[in-house]
Order: sequence, then C-alpha cells, then structure tokens
Amino acid sequence: MSAPVAVWGESLELPCPVGGEGGGVAEASSSGVALSGSTLARIREMEAKYPSSRSAVLPALWAVQDELGYLPPWTIEVVAGELKLLPGDVEAVASFYSMYFNHKPGRHVVQVCRNVSCGLRGSDELLGHLQRALGLDAEGNTPDGAFTIEGTVECLGACGGAPMMQVDRYSYENLTPQTALEVLEKIRAEMPAGTGSK
Amino acid sequence: MSDLVLTRHQGAPGLTALAGYEQVGGYRSLRRAIEMGPEAIAAEVKASGLRGRGGAAFPTATKWSFLPKDSFPRYLCVNADESEPGCFKDRVLMEEYPHQLLEGVLIAAFALQVNHAFIYIRGEYRSQRELLERAVQEARQAGYGGPNVLGSGWDCELMVHGGAGAYICGEETALLDSLEGRRGQPRLKPPFPAVKGLYGQPTVVNNVETLSNLPFIVAEGGARYAALGTEASPGTRLFCVSGHVERPGTFEVPMGKTTFRDLLEMAGGVWRGRQFKAMQPGGGSMQILGPQHLDLPLDFKAVADAGSSLGAGALVIMDDSTCLVNVAMRLVDFYRHESCGKCVPCREGTYFESELMHRLEAGLATKAELTNLADICANMDGRCFCPLGDTATWFVMSAYRMFPEEFESHCGAGRCPVREPLAVAV
Ligand SMILES: Cc1cc2nc3c(=O)[nH]c(=O)nc-3n(C[C@H](O)[C@H](O)[C@H](O)COP(=O)(O)O)c2cc1C
Ligand code: SF4
Ligand code: FES
Repeated sequence: MSAPVAVWGESLELPCPVGGEGGGVAEASSSGVALSGSTLARIREMEAKYPSSRSAVLPALWAVQDELGYLPPWTIEVVAGELKLLPGDVEAVASFYSMYFNHKPGRHVVQVCRNVSCGLRGSDELLGHLQRALGLDAEGNTPDGAFTIEGTVECLGACGGAPMMQVDRYSYENLTPQTALEVLEKIRAEMPAGTGSK
Repeated sequence: MSDLVLTRHQGAPGLTALAGYEQVGGYRSLRRAIEMGPEAIAAEVKASGLRGRGGAAFPTATKWSFLPKDSFPRYLCVNADESEPGCFKDRVLMEEYPHQLLEGVLIAAFALQVNHAFIYIRGEYRSQRELLERAVQEARQAGYGGPNVLGSGWDCELMVHGGAGAYICGEETALLDSLEGRRGQPRLKPPFPAVKGLYGQPTVVNNVETLSNLPFIVAEGGARYAALGTEASPGTRLFCVSGHVERPGTFEVPMGKTTFRDLLEMAGGVWRGRQFKAMQPGGGSMQILGPQHLDLPLDFKAVADAGSSLGAGALVIMDDSTCLVNVAMRLVDFYRHESCGKCVPCREGTYFESELMHRLEAGLATKAELTNLADICANMDGRCFCPLGDTATWFVMSAYRMFPEEFESHCGAGRCPVREPLAVAV
C-alpha cells in the first residue's frame, strides 16, 4: 500500500487545503493528504440520518472511495474518528466487502461476470480475449492504468443480457469478445461507449 | 382487466418519475391503505396468499403477524440485495417501476406501524441506487414520505442504503448486521428479526418483488390477487429466464397455471436449434431439473416434490452442449468466494468442493476423488450456520445424481470431455 499508516488519534483537523466544495474543515493524514470538505460533509450528513451512527460506516466508506478511488489506511482513521468508532471496527468492514479497494485501481473498474448465465453464453472467451488484447498484469490492470479488469465477481443481475460486463456503474450487455473490446477502447479514448444500458 | 400485477403499467410513459406513476393511478393505494388502517391491510395481504419472493416463500402476512404487539420502534428492511445467480427481476422492478416499489414499502410500513424503512441495495446496483434515491426525494416532496404522510399524522423516513459487494448480505440477518455497520455475517436464529432485528428491535425483512405487489393488493383486494394464480400458488410472479434461450428476459406469469415449458417458449425456446438438456429453476442455489420436469407447473409443491424449488424465480436453461461439471464448478467457485467465513463446514467445505471441481473439470481427478465429493457435501448440507453453505452443495450433488456418467467420464480424461476448458485466470 502506498500511503503511510496513520496512528490512531493522530488525525489532524486542519482548514481544508484543497478548498473542497463544503468549504469546511478537512481531515488530514500524517502525510498531509486530506479528504475534501464535501466528502466530510457527506459523512456527517449520513451520521446524522441513521438511528445509530455506526450504520453510516458503509456510506462513509463509499464517500471516501468516490473521492479517492480507494481506501488508503489513513482514511480508515478519519472515518473512525468521525463516527466515534475504533479504527479496527472500520477496517473490519472495509476488508469484508469486495467493492472496497485498499489499492488504487485503474481509472475504470471493469467487472466481467462469469457466473452461470454469462458462462453459458461465452463469458470465459470474452474475458480471455480482453486479457490477451489488453495485456493485463497479474492483478488485472492495463499497463496504462486505464482499466482494472475483475473476473471474479458476483452475478451482476443482468443475466438477460449475458454475456455482460459492468464498467464502473454502467452495464454493457449482449457482448461478443470483439464488441467488449471495442467498448473499452472507446472508453479509454473518452468517447461515448454507446451500448451501455444505463 | 389484464392479469398482470407487477408489470401492468408496462409501456406507460415516464413511469420512473412520480408524475408518470401518478398518471396510472400511482399512490392511490397508499391513500386507501391509510384510510383502511393497519389491520385491514394485513387482512388483505392474508387473503392474497402472498408468499415472499426473496427465496424462502414464507407467507408475508404470517411474517408480519410475528411482530410483538407493543414493542416500538420497529423497522422495515427492504431486501434489494438481489445477487442470486440467474436473478435479475428486482433490478427490473427498481429500474422500471421504482415508485410502485416505494408505494409498496410505504403501505407495508404503515401496516406495520414503522417510522423508518430501509432499502438495502447491493453495491453493484449503483445507478439503481441513485434512481431510487431520486424517487424517494420525489415521494417525500409530494407528501407520500417523510413527516405526517398525507396528513395522517404518521411519519415515515425512507432510506436507501448501499451494500458493497457481498452475496451473503442478502441473507436477512447478515443484511441487518451490514445495515448496522458491521461485517455482513448471519446471526443465530432464534431470536428471529421479527422479535429482535435491526438495532435489537422488531424488524420485518421483505423482498423488493414481495412489496411491489402491495399497491395492487390494496387497490384490487387480496382475493383478486390470489385468484390470478391457483389456490396452492396464488398470484403472479416475475420469472427471469436466461441461459441458452433465444430471448432471455423477465416474464410475469400466473403461478400454478404456467409450466416451465411455457416460460421456455416465452423466451423463444432453446437457442440455435439445439436440444434442451437441463434447467435450474430457482437461481444458483437450487437443484437441477431435467427434460422430464418441463411440464411441471410453477407451483411450490410440485417443484418441491421434484426435488428442487422455485427459489428466487430464476430459470436458467442449458442446452445439450453444456458440460454440467463446468456449470457446477462455476457455482461452487461462487459460493467459495461468497462464504462469509463464520462457520467451518462452509468456509472449508466450499474450498474443498471447488478444488475438487477444478481437478474434475480439467480431467485430473480420479474416481476415488469423485466419491469424496459426496462426502464433502454430506458434511456441509445441514451442518452449516446459514443456508449458504447448505445450498453450496445442492446444484453439484443433484447434477451428479442426474448425470453420473458425465461426472465419471471426466475422471482421468486429461481434459473436459464435453467441452474443452479454456485457460482463463483472473
Ligand atoms: C445466502 C442467502 C442469500 C439471500 N439473498 C437474498 C437476496 O438477494 N434478496 C432477497 O430478497 N432475499 C434473499 N435471501 C432471503 C432472505 O434471507 C429473506 O428470506 C427474504 O429477504 C425475505 O423476504 P420475503 O419474505 O419477502 O421473501 C437470501 C437468503 C440466503 C440464505
Ligand atoms: S454457512 Fe457460510 S455464509 Fe453461512 S455463516 Fe457459515 S460461513 Fe457464513
Ligand atoms: S450470470 Fe452474469 S449477470 Fe447474471
């Protein structure tokens, strides 16, 4: 992991160095990186909404990941501090759920479903083609950092459009190995990829 | 009048927005429900014979009746975790009919005298989560949610809560732990959630489809809903058909009166002119059925007698080119990945199962190892802390029993004799 591990209790309250939208106070790691004011505002808003503030852990981790793309260790401290929990409680949650990352993934996360319905309609061939064409490393990353491709995911609830892949939040369905690659090449070139259902 | 419930407004313009839903009579049932009062609503639900659509098919009215009479606050949790392999109906209900779901949630919340309802939606459904959040905002602004709903003096907060990738969070007690901000691991039952659920308070957990039926039941009456199906299997149900068919999709059909063959035909039949080999009727957790079962009605008992279950309403069709060892391996891998690790038979058993299935698929396993498979599964089924571990054995064992030669022919074959395995590793 890249960011240094902050020690419990060391998180600082500093004026927001990046002037996040919330314009409020930012929490910083010992290395000086900080969450934006708007992320902190989101966490506090969540905390107030639930009957118990602990329920805000998952939404808080989502807020952090939406900003940074993953959950560096110091952010666990910040979330714990905000929700008045022990860092271990937050870490236990962050490590349990497969969609929270402890490493920074590529700019786009691609989930290729290989469950039964997709498997029956050619998902393995699709993933194999992407692997070869994109030159993925052992973690499924493309060399240019554009994509992280995951092939061990749950059924993504789009079996009617099998085989499918989800790129970030968008579902691309009824793919062939070729159209899947085309979609990704368009996204890499920041062109509208077209065939997504949402 | 059409015989559809969940999809009866299909094609109406702008249904995902409040105005479009109001155009087709939306939220009139909520108004009516508030006039009727909690007991009368529960009576209609009872008359409807509605059974849970999340997988276990527990009668909804009975579940509601377990809430202790005078214990407050109580909570309603909507199970929108939909991650059963082969299942995509709740997604359709949320994407196309979000306000129908919210109206159903509000009717249930009023009937149960709940002031806080949570919709727990799986993390992968990010766009759907945001769509629901917008719908909740709209409903609130129109006075259907929030404080003093429709001037009745009853308050109801609706919150959409996103999961983060864990199949087990669909199990109701794991869902509650996840909602409380913990690792999603099942709790010991009893106490059941109805007595001690979210934050230790009485809680009802109901599936998205279950609740989406309520606006119809309130508007048309429970008896009319029940009559759409048969006495033993009342109402309609949204089935997901996928796999080797020409036109996969969701189809709302009357229960009891429709057969698997009807569903297969609605989906355009087996694709590419091939022959039917087998099907999985209830999602990844359920036992395999063969050609001899195609004429069974979608009836709880008929399917149970055939040794399987309608589960979450997902029908996966497999044609004659399918290697069942390969399919079983995929499912077993899925359970291994999703085992929450709380109990040994499941955590270790799914690992053994999966290692063995990989050797078998690659043609490396011996006949003796295949005998082990039955042993491993026997040590899991019925011995796990929650149903995930039990169900991790059902497809593979039922497929082995129905197609023993197919499993045996893999032993020592050096490769999959049905279908060449592909070298894919991620
Ligand atoms: C491993 C496991 C996963 C489950 N996943 C879901 C799910 O994704 N959605 C769902 O509604 N029910 C799921 N269930 C069933 C729930 O525990 C519960 O029975 C259901 O939500 C109750 O709602 P209902 O009575 O309306 O069906 C699952 C059960 C188990 C054991
Ligand atoms: S059966 Fe599996 S999922 Fe269920 S509690 Fe045990 S380890 Fe967890
Ligand atoms: S099996 Fe791939 S989306 Fe369901």
